[in-house]
Amino acid sequence: MFYREAGDFKTSYIADSQTFPIKFDRYRYYVVLAVAFGIIPFIINDYWANALLLPFLIYAIAAIGLNILVGYCGQVSLGTGGFMAVGAYACYKLMTAFPDVSMFIHVILAGGITAFVGVLFGLPSLRIKGFYLAVATLAAQFFLVWLFNRVPWFYNYSASGQINAPERDVFGIIITGPNAPAWATYLFCLIFLTVCAILARNLTRGTTGRTWMAIRDMDIAAEIIGVNPLKAKLTAFAVSSFFVGIAGALFFAVYLGAVEVGEVFGIQKSFLVLFMVIIGGLGSIFGSFAGAAFLVLLPVVLKVVGVDVLGWPTDIVAHLNLVIVGALIIMFLILEPHGLAQLWRVAKEKLRLWPFPH
Amino acid sequence: MPEQLVFAMEVILNGLMAGVLYALVALGFVLIYKASGIFNYAQGVMALFAAMTLVGIMKGQVPFAHLINAIFGTHIHYFGWNVPALLAILMTMAVMVLLAWAVQRFVMRHLVGQEPIILFMATIGLAYFLEGVADLMWGSEIKTLDVGLPQGINLWIDETTYNIFDYGFFIDNLDIVATIIAALLVAALVAFSQYTKQGRAMRAVADDHQAALSVGISLNFIWVMVWSVAGFVALVAGIMWGTKSGVQFSLSLIALKALPVLMLGGFTSIPGAIVGGLIIGVGEKLFEFALGPALGGATENWFAYVLALIFLVFRPQGLFGEKIIERV
Repeated sequence: MFYREAGDFKTSYIADSQTFPIKFDRYRYYVVLAVAFGIIPFIINDYWANALLLPFLIYAIAAIGLNILVGYCGQVSLGTGGFMAVGAYACYKLMTAFPDVSMFIHVILAGGITAFVGVLFGLPSLRIKGFYLAVATLAAQFFLVWLFNRVPWFYNYSASGQINAPERDVFGIIITGPNAPAWATYLFCLIFLTVCAILARNLTRGTTGRTWMAIRDMDIAAEIIGVNPLKAKLTAFAVSSFFVGIAGALFFAVYLGAVEVGEVFGIQKSFLVLFMVIIGGLGSIFGSFAGAAFLVLLPVVLKVVGVDVLGWPTDIVAHLNLVIVGALIIMFLILEPHGLAQLWRVAKEKLRLWPFPH
Repeated sequence: MPEQLVFAMEVILNGLMAGVLYALVALGFVLIYKASGIFNYAQGVMALFAAMTLVGIMKGQVPFAHLINAIFGTHIHYFGWNVPALLAILMTMAVMVLLAWAVQRFVMRHLVGQEPIILFMATIGLAYFLEGVADLMWGSEIKTLDVGLPQGINLWIDETTYNIFDYGFFIDNLDIVATIIAALLVAALVAFSQYTKQGRAMRAVADDHQAALSVGISLNFIWVMVWSVAGFVALVAGIMWGTKSGVQFSLSLIALKALPVLMLGGFTSIPGAIVGGLIIGVGEKLFEFALGPALGGATENWFAYVLALIFLVFRPQGLFGEKIIERV
């Protein structure tokens, strides 16, 4: 019934190789975009923006970034928190040094700086593999957080050691600081997410993505058939860190506004983003969205049910949250190692045949 | 003797002691990794869980008291008795064996044959789960653990060194006890794996699962046993660290400290874990002593990782690890 290829004739190569070749899929995509850009900005308020939408958008960017590295290129990284911190501090330094430049440029430059740092810490991946590498990325995590904590230049010698986002605007609309309207911050992050997702989707469909996947599936075999592992691994680190850096910059400048690096970008953040990628589905852009949405929603739903409905103390609900997240990860790994994205694929297959059983 | 050198000697001694404690945690990793190929990230949380359970049992706390009170509106917290330390340790060990069985039955059995990285992530999930359960069971406030281990400065060493160098070394009694216990533990583990039937079965499983199965070794039993032994090592590490710095969340982070130790020593080598622990312990203390003030302090947070990272670039399998052979 839905998702059928029948009767959908392509008359050009461009039409044949588009991102969503099935008509239903394509229209659904346009509807999602229309709702996200055309409707939500008009009904959004501060609570929805800060509790759900902004974290979702920003974590989705980070999850896409990490998914490129872990899901597509097979290089497990536990340094996401550290790279997000690089993005945040780069953005902060740029914002304070060049107050007149547009925030768009700052955030993109912050991503670029993070990409550079990511490549530096990605260099050992040429020698170290598997979870030796995962542990080696912890070096990035701890070193970067320590660096931002201890070198006063990074936080402009402020007495508290925190960084605070000054008020900046894009085309006259305030984006950062406490006076930024909810719809503006939402749209700002949404634009970045959309561009990142389209970029990631197309990168992973093309030559670059295929070399990544070849490295992931078996690096020696890939090398023998002519994939350059140096180039493939380092581009994966660069692109991944670029996205993660953008996410870090937005997380600091637009969402939180003030950051204490050890608390916000600690090892917990690395694991959180990794869980989003696992639960959502390794090697799937849609999965990154699903995983981010799931792990942003879960604590909020638990809090509403536990604290507001049942009246339990917040610390018990926080602990239950840990138990549930842990159990879910184990369950997903046992029952559906390909995550929410696989469930979505199965559902699509079912919908395609519906209402017939075969 | 110049003053700086004497200070450096004290730093090295303390580093060695700290290294023994790192090695203690790393041992638990190596055991599970050798027997089942699983890199058990939850080892640190197991130490936390064990220490919290021990404190809870000793004080006669009611498990899940907060949850029960929240659901039923009651106000129970304590049974009203205190359990002696030795009995409490035995009871905690029983809990750890139960935990080992549950992990094997509900998690690892379903993941046999998966890729190592999937197993690793499953243990991260397990770590979260256990941490949440431990907090729900015993409450998340910082607890003090006292099972009667000696603590405080060792006066004999202080006096002896004062007579020699005109400067008394500060060595904690607890560190000395920890070193002795760690040495005993390693000796016991080596004896266990070399001379007992179960130990040999464990090594057989580590060598080749299928061959072990075909000579009639029960994989399930061996894995439960390995996780129990790891639970025991976690308990010992939990007691040491818990006595040293209180039972709190940061205890589970010692697992992260054990990772560079493992990378240095190689994942498959018990002597590697010990030597790696000592290198990291001495290295980070010396580095902090020599360059810490110039770099802004607290270099212990990252030194071990960077050292391991640089080391791995030159020797990817660690000091004592088996040579990695790759085939297509």
